[in-house]
Amino acid sequence: MSRYRLIDGAGLIFLAIVLALAVLVPASNLWLAPDSALHIPDYLVPLLGKYLAFALLALALDLVWGYCGILSLGHGAFFALGGYAMGMYLMRQIGSRGVYGNLVLPDFMVFLNWQELPWFWLGFDHFWFACLVAIAVPGLLAFGFGWLAFRSRVTGVYLSIITQAMTFALMLAFFRNDMGFGGNNGLTDFKEIVGYPLQWAETRAALFAATAVALALGYLLARWVVTSKLGKVVVAVRDAESRTRFIGYRVENYKLVVFTLSAMIAGVAGALYVPQVGIINPSEFAPANSIEAVIWVAVGGRGTLVGAALGAVIVNAGKTWFTGALPSLWLFALGGLFVATTLLIPKGVVGAVTDILGIRRKSELPAAPGVVAPKTAPAEPAQ
Amino acid sequence: MLSGLVRLIAFAAFCAALVAGPACADAIDDALSGFTTDKYDDTDKALQGLVATAAPNGLAVIEALAAGRLLFDPESKTVLYKDASGALKLAKTGEPAPAELAGKPLKTVRVNNRLRRAVDAAGGAFELRSPDAAKRAAAARAVFKTRESTALPAIDHALADEKDAAAKKALEQARAAIILGKADAPEAERAAAAATVASVADPDALAALRTLPADTPVSVKAAAEKGVAAIERWATVANVIQNLVYGMSLGSVLLLAAIGLAITFGVMGVINMAHGEMVMIGAYATFLTQSLIGAYLPALNSASLVIAIPVAFLVAGAVGALIERTVIRFLYGRPLETLLATWGVSLILQQAVRSVFGPSNRTVQTPEWLQGSIEILGVSLTWNRIAIILFALAVFFALQLLLRRTSLGLQVRAVTQNRRMAGSMGIRTPRVDAMTFGLGSGVAGIAGVALSQIDNVSPNLGQNYIIDSFLVVVFGGVGNLWGTLVGALSIGVANKLLEPFAGAVLGKIILLIAIILFIQKKPRGLFALKGRAVEA
Repeated sequence: MSRYRLIDGAGLIFLAIVLALAVLVPASNLWLAPDSALHIPDYLVPLLGKYLAFALLALALDLVWGYCGILSLGHGAFFALGGYAMGMYLMRQIGSRGVYGNLVLPDFMVFLNWQELPWFWLGFDHFWFACLVAIAVPGLLAFGFGWLAFRSRVTGVYLSIITQAMTFALMLAFFRNDMGFGGNNGLTDFKEIVGYPLQWAETRAALFAATAVALALGYLLARWVVTSKLGKVVVAVRDAESRTRFIGYRVENYKLVVFTLSAMIAGVAGALYVPQVGIINPSEFAPANSIEAVIWVAVGGRGTLVGAALGAVIVNAGKTWFTGALPSLWLFALGGLFVATTLLIPKGVVGAVTDILGIRRKSELPAAPGVVAPKTAPAEPAQ
Repeated sequence: MLSGLVRLIAFAAFCAALVAGPACADAIDDALSGFTTDKYDDTDKALQGLVATAAPNGLAVIEALAAGRLLFDPESKTVLYKDASGALKLAKTGEPAPAELAGKPLKTVRVNNRLRRAVDAAGGAFELRSPDAAKRAAAARAVFKTRESTALPAIDHALADEKDAAAKKALEQARAAIILGKADAPEAERAAAAATVASVADPDALAALRTLPADTPVSVKAAAEKGVAAIERWATVANVIQNLVYGMSLGSVLLLAAIGLAITFGVMGVINMAHGEMVMIGAYATFLTQSLIGAYLPALNSASLVIAIPVAFLVAGAVGALIERTVIRFLYGRPLETLLATWGVSLILQQAVRSVFGPSNRTVQTPEWLQGSIEILGVSLTWNRIAIILFALAVFFALQLLLRRTSLGLQVRAVTQNRRMAGSMGIRTPRVDAMTFGLGSGVAGIAGVALSQIDNVSPNLGQNYIIDSFLVVVFGGVGNLWGTLVGALSIGVANKLLEPFAGAVLGKIILLIAIILFIQKKPRGLFALKGRAVEA
């Protein structure tokens, strides 16, 4: 009955690594001497934190794509919305230290000649409120979007395209100055979070640790969902939606729950991302970002959760290295990765490693469709 | 201000001359003698004298003066001019100059800027009596614009003799514009004039109707207001027409970009995220074709855009077929994986083009026959917009013909409807796949030729169209080219109709949301294919 086990072997290793990172990286950065071989320099801590925030986003995406078969090309939107919620809190924390020294209004509003704070900025001086919004707004958007889409049975490619249209529309909206979110400059120049300056190494180490813990909790939550009875129905929806419907399940409700939950996790990832990179702007909504997040999942291994997180870290570390060393080759590498992953290792790194090691454990959830083609899958395209 | 004043004086003099009857020869001689003193003031007076006497050859003299071809013999004080062909003629009569004058050292009558204005005004007065009806009409229109009341006698005089319908109409309108503002004209006549002016319906008419003095009688004012309202109503209609045409133009751009996708995505079910890059490759093929023709076959320069069409089709089609054979064919039946793989291909193609051609924009020349614009019903349309609308429709119908009337089209449709059955009937489905994908990509390449005329040719060109293209295809209904046509045109028109109210960006956002909601309502698009498949 290992299928119902909350934490399997891979999960245990994953949790151990993430939690170890949560302790060791801040410790190494703060307490080891700078000349020590194991010392992690200051610039690396937020960078690693960024990878982990992306890993959490990949985890959220894997939950809907890997287990529910919904290829969302708009998860970057939920991520960015979470980021904007946190960014708005950080903007309010600047207070009178902005360029214009206005106690209430952020700089860009003074610049645009706004007289008072718009209603949707109210409450963002409280940290708890920002955290709540970072989870609630992506959740509500996903709920509304999914409620419409799943009930009218928009599936597969059509859903992918309209999620892409959604994030595109949001990007255009946030680019507008009169939306009140800083236009194309976005929100930046943050000073402090819950009273601690963002420049401090301690603050950054704490943010890193928080991100690692969030990743671990996100994993546990996702794992709990996919190992529960709910998760089994969700996998059934992925593999044979009509059959599941005919058996009597309200497919759209299951999809909606998973989609909304996934969006909320993505929102948390965004909220953790912003204070570490120090900026949020509308280009985070760009459809290309969402598609890139999908490739993280595909590289790591779709439908494995651990693989998704691993893929996010691998691809982003690769991106950091390439854009530094061989900037003109990065897009070739990324493009090649897309092609090679889908053609050569459809199960991703985790799947490939499992295959090589010859581990055929029953504890694994059924593989993604296409990898082991389900019998109902139409052999011909475009039915 | 000065030019208006000069014009006024010239008109006044001219009118006086007309009223006085045929000019006597002495007066013309007097006037012409002013040109022979080599002083600007005298030249000015001579000009006015010329207008005042309404000299029969006056227009030729004034034109010669403007062109610096008016000469005089300082000795005999004879004024001469060279006509456009260079023949020396007498200013007074326009007869060829006697041979003995040709040999003499002739001096040119000089003009300065102040005089040039006077020359223009004098020319305008003469043009009302020009033998060319189009010139008379143009002069009348100039009067309509200035509404100089002093020109009234000249207009009346010209009206009496006018035979040409268009020139007569212009003269009547000019007369109405003057009467409308003339305080001592009968009230009824002024009100009627207001209606005549309103019928012109241009900004000058609007200005004439709006700038009536405060003491204007009520009936005239009412008529003027009615005219203004009529003009404004027409302006609203014209605005809607303009938006419709612009929307059609945008829609045809969308149609061009999406129609190749309607084949690869709609017919084959392949989600080709590299579709935009096929458009981009087509645009670069156009750029290369034009550069090569410019370098080696300059004689064909004006036709380079036409030559680029098959080139772009073949290049983009070949790249497309290559992608199909190397990547996509392994992914049939796995649409979401295709999406990722082709996205990767699109990144590679973008970077490849950036590496070869550089990141900056390339310029594709617009051939002369596509430059300029025409005005239809007060709506200005550039030729290249019109050409794109026609071109998009031509491509659409050619493709429709190909799919309906050729054996390749038959095979494509057969494979689309039932791959295994088609294979059993002896159709080589892999070959049809490659051909179809090549066809869709080639059509995208053709779109690139058209888009090179209205957009920047840069490696990112395709990115701007990919989302729109997918929305067009999904909105119109996958697998249906007519749906793509209707979808593209309606999205284009809706976008342009929204723009005046919401602004470009917000309009686009509203449209995106509307399409998302529409797809909820009709998940298979406007024209859904009917079939028995439970899942697609």
